[in-house]
Amino acid sequence: MENTIKNKNGMGVEKLYKVFIYVALITLCISIFVPVAWVFLASIKENSEFYGNPWALPAGFYYQNFVAAFEKAKMGEYLLNSVITTAVAIAILLVVALPAAYVLARCDFKGNRFFNTMFMAGLFINVNYIVVPIFLMLVDGDKFLREFFGSSFFLNNIFILALIYASTALPFTIYLLSGYFKTLPKDYEEAAYVDGCGYFKTMVKVIMPMARPSVITVILFNFLSFWNEYIIALTLMTEDSGKTLPVGLMNLMTAQNAAAQYGQMYAGLVIVMLPTLILYIAVQKKLTQGMCMGGLKG
Amino acid sequence: MTRNKGKGRFIALCLSPAVILFIIFMILPTINVFRMSLYKWGGYSNNKKFVGLDNFLILFKDQKFLQSFQNTILLIVIATVFTMTFALLFAAILSREKIVGQNFFRIIFYIPNILSVVVIAAIFSAIYDPSRGLLNSLLSIFKGSNAEPTLWLGDQKIVIFSIAGAMIWQAIGYYMVMYMASMASIPESLYESASLEGAGRIRQFFDITLPLIWTNIRTTLTFFIISSINLSFLFVKAMTSGGPDGSTEVFLSYMYKQAYTNSSYGYGMAIGVVIFVFSFALSAIVNHITKREPLEF
Repeated sequence: MENTIKNKNGMGVEKLYKVFIYVALITLCISIFVPVAWVFLASIKENSEFYGNPWALPAGFYYQNFVAAFEKAKMGEYLLNSVITTAVAIAILLVVALPAAYVLARCDFKGNRFFNTMFMAGLFINVNYIVVPIFLMLVDGDKFLREFFGSSFFLNNIFILALIYASTALPFTIYLLSGYFKTLPKDYEEAAYVDGCGYFKTMVKVIMPMARPSVITVILFNFLSFWNEYIIALTLMTEDSGKTLPVGLMNLMTAQNAAAQYGQMYAGLVIVMLPTLILYIAVQKKLTQGMCMGGLKG
Repeated sequence: MTRNKGKGRFIALCLSPAVILFIIFMILPTINVFRMSLYKWGGYSNNKKFVGLDNFLILFKDQKFLQSFQNTILLIVIATVFTMTFALLFAAILSREKIVGQNFFRIIFYIPNILSVVVIAAIFSAIYDPSRGLLNSLLSIFKGSNAEPTLWLGDQKIVIFSIAGAMIWQAIGYYMVMYMASMASIPESLYESASLEGAGRIRQFFDITLPLIWTNIRTTLTFFIISSINLSFLFVKAMTSGGPDGSTEVFLSYMYKQAYTNSSYGYGMAIGVVIFVFSFALSAIVNHITKREPLEF
């Protein structure tokens, strides 16, 4: 390589280099595109087709795989759970994180530094490190409730799951939002106060609308991470009725090895990844821009 | 004066929900990890026995734990080296060269990052399947169709590299987009004068691009290493659950197995403490090693 660059006289070398670059790019491109496309094709194959050449195109459109995934494998139920959990978690997150980020970024008060540092430290706590203590805490809570009220509440409750998703996303979200709030000039609030706006009204009516771009970034990132999350859901949803899509997919993966129901599993796979793919294609520019704005995710 | 009082109430009202949730679901569990590691505690019963540091003493003699330690480090090293090299290389190509369809490549490369780890695990199970897998059927073109199929997820020597492959596949695009953004801010004039001086592409990459985005590389490196500890668990859990025979067990998967599946909470949390300490130590070391004088342009 070193030689080819030093050797500047030939156009041939330049051409070779271009060819090399394109080969590298296209190889990576194929290695990403082909497996994903293959899953889509596999999802409409009949079970018998899986014993032949894996590269063969599907013989027909065997949509029954999707019917089986929705009904027999309960992916429809899990889909609903996933939608509710993700939506509720994002709603809670925004309601809780926006005011907190605003106050932390723009109000001077005693303890501001302390709370800022606390949430920053939270960036380093990974959810998967603490999933077992959270589980035990909920078990204890349920035990307590059962003793006094005769019913449990915390485990297998998708709203609690959503609450935990929202809480564990707080540090990153507050970091991102308050970073944005800090860039806004102080004049807006002063003008609002002069006009007789209260603190609360100023925040909701004046500042929040300006934060729209970073709120969209927050929603995008957290949608992806909540929708795709599976360790917490796997741990806290011990009963079948509360499972989310990724957990249901894991069940399907174990089941397909035992019962050889490949089509059903690939249909399940498509059900899980289609929403994220559609969202990505719709907003890919915002997503990659937002990534650079928000810096890193944990 | 009433204004100030109102302000205090407003601040408290805005901040308290976040602080309360954060304390309940993040601070308390973290404290619990450390506290529980000092107890011998199994099952749902409340038989907690304070044993001090005994759990840790057992831990360092536990062969399975040591193996998971080894596997974690191996995965971190492989995944980091390959992901960073490829991400930087492709970012440099896409931002420096005039490529037809540059945007298209960027969009495709980022796709793995938006997929769930479970989805990626399922895709790679299809790729790695010994008899019906995509990889083996590709290889059989070269090896002849009668060759022994490679057991990508069944062979103890290979399986850890198979998992690393999935991790690298997942991460390249994300870091590439990140580096492309910071490379875009390097002024074009630097490259122009460099090529007038006769510096080739490779010289330019090592002498201009790398030093100027070094701060970015440094932060991403630290974050990548920390998230590798986490991601290796997600992949292992979904692809092999530690098997065959513990050859892909990593830190967090072993902790999860001990604490959740095996219900030895105290012992599991002792592993958790080691993970916490290890990840902090590792990021401090990486931070220290990669320290350079920041360059301005």
